[in-house]
Amino acid sequence: MNRVVITGLGCITPIGSTVDSFRESLFAGKTGIAPIAAVPDAPDGNPGVRYTQSAQVFDFDPAQHLDSGVIAATNRNTHFAIVAARQAAQQAELKKHHQPGDIAIIMGCACGGRSSEESEVKNLYTRNARAHPLTIVRTMSSAGASNISIDLRITGPTLDISTACASATHAIGLAFHMVRSGMSTAALAGGHEAPLSWGFYRAWDSMRVVSPTRCRPFAADRDGMSLGEGAAMLVLETLESAQARNAPIFGEIVGFGMSADANHITQPQAEGAATAMRKALADANAAPDEVGYINAHGTGTQANDATESAAIHQVFGSRASQIPISSTKALHGHAIGASGALEALATTLALHEGRLPQNGDITNPDPSLNVDLIVNEPRPTGPTLALSNSLAFGGLNAVIAMRSWRT
Amino acid sequence: MQGMPVTLSIQTQKGGAIMDDIAQRCIAIIAKAKNIPTDTITLDTSFEALNIDSLDKINISFEVEEAFDIAIPDDSLGSLKTVGDVVRGVEQLVAAKAASGSATTTTS
Repeated sequence: MNRVVITGLGCITPIGSTVDSFRESLFAGKTGIAPIAAVPDAPDGNPGVRYTQSAQVFDFDPAQHLDSGVIAATNRNTHFAIVAARQAAQQAELKKHHQPGDIAIIMGCACGGRSSEESEVKNLYTRNARAHPLTIVRTMSSAGASNISIDLRITGPTLDISTACASATHAIGLAFHMVRSGMSTAALAGGHEAPLSWGFYRAWDSMRVVSPTRCRPFAADRDGMSLGEGAAMLVLETLESAQARNAPIFGEIVGFGMSADANHITQPQAEGAATAMRKALADANAAPDEVGYINAHGTGTQANDATESAAIHQVFGSRASQIPISSTKALHGHAIGASGALEALATTLALHEGRLPQNGDITNPDPSLNVDLIVNEPRPTGPTLALSNSLAFGGLNAVIAMRSWRT
Repeated sequence: MQGMPVTLSIQTQKGGAIMDDIAQRCIAIIAKAKNIPTDTITLDTSFEALNIDSLDKINISFEVEEAFDIAIPDDSLGSLKTVGDVVRGVEQLVAAKAASGSATTTTS
């Protein structure tokens, strides 16, 4: 079994469209959750929902990065995917050091190209219009991974995984397995999502789980999540190949755990999350005592944060209230299928810099959760083991265990 | 031109103006699809010179079809090499459509 390290990073997010700007916002606690910009097709641009903010990527122009033919054939989620993947691949010199067939592309995406689908369906239903001939390829859920493969000319195993809010974590976990086993010598792993269309905003409004203002994970008065968009990418490769070229290493993925609650389609259950955390630790051959940071799923709903805290107590017992924890969704929002990747990026940067990001600007943690919430400013840390949790609708849980890399 | 429908006689009398209009609209569609200024495109400009690839062609054909309410035969896409080809093709299809749509009186 190979050791698996992270040698490339890339992102397009509401708090930065380069890794450097993401990092800056992360440690400054700068949020990208902002008033919702005018929604195309909605009357006066107003989506007519109870909430007022979301985490949007502003000022992204695909024409700066992509050929017109590619833009015509793809949706925004794929634009994010291609550009973020290029950043990571370039940093790791991916094509220079690995055969195209030995590289896997494993992506998470839950919503596909739904905004393109919505506009074609609108034209159909309102005026019996013809669909654009590229509608199918714009909207298919596999467009992100497929287009990355075409853009970078990578011919290895290429997949988009769909597990709602855990998609990207499952993707990174699967990629980790594939590199660890030697099936691939390297992988581009991450997630991409751009679901902020009128229909999406309305569908979420009906669920009554979106905060009327913005998400405040683990806060006593938390009142829901904030929707978001974006993409983040990691390059994973074997330690051997990274060291052979003296590549900078940003972290090591050491374990991955998965479980299903088998309980309720929206309500999480602590046992399922606890199982996934325990499996990640077991896979890493690590003891719970070694965990020095938890990047929580932390959506900011009453249900998730309470359940996730209970799960942490189940796994860590009396030590649970002393493990530094934060939810970076307070900054980058909930990018659904991509969120696990944004969080894996945040966790990687945290371990690499020896600084654990604070939980946004929340200063009133819910005492009943009894967790060690990082508030006010980032907390310094020595080399440690981190868990990154994703606990999705459907009761699907995925947890990555990651260690700091010290050369 | 007794018995000819009004549209055809306008075409004949002001043939030049309508051709220019079709050309202008086609050029505007291509410019938008390629995100380039319209003044970089003439009737002689080749698709190759504009870096129009197969996906661009599909996109442009659809927009042209929608703009003029015509149907470009699938097998003719391959033969389109220049902007002028597109414009001539659109003119033919627009004229054919006008002709078939107004066969209320005939002259031989």
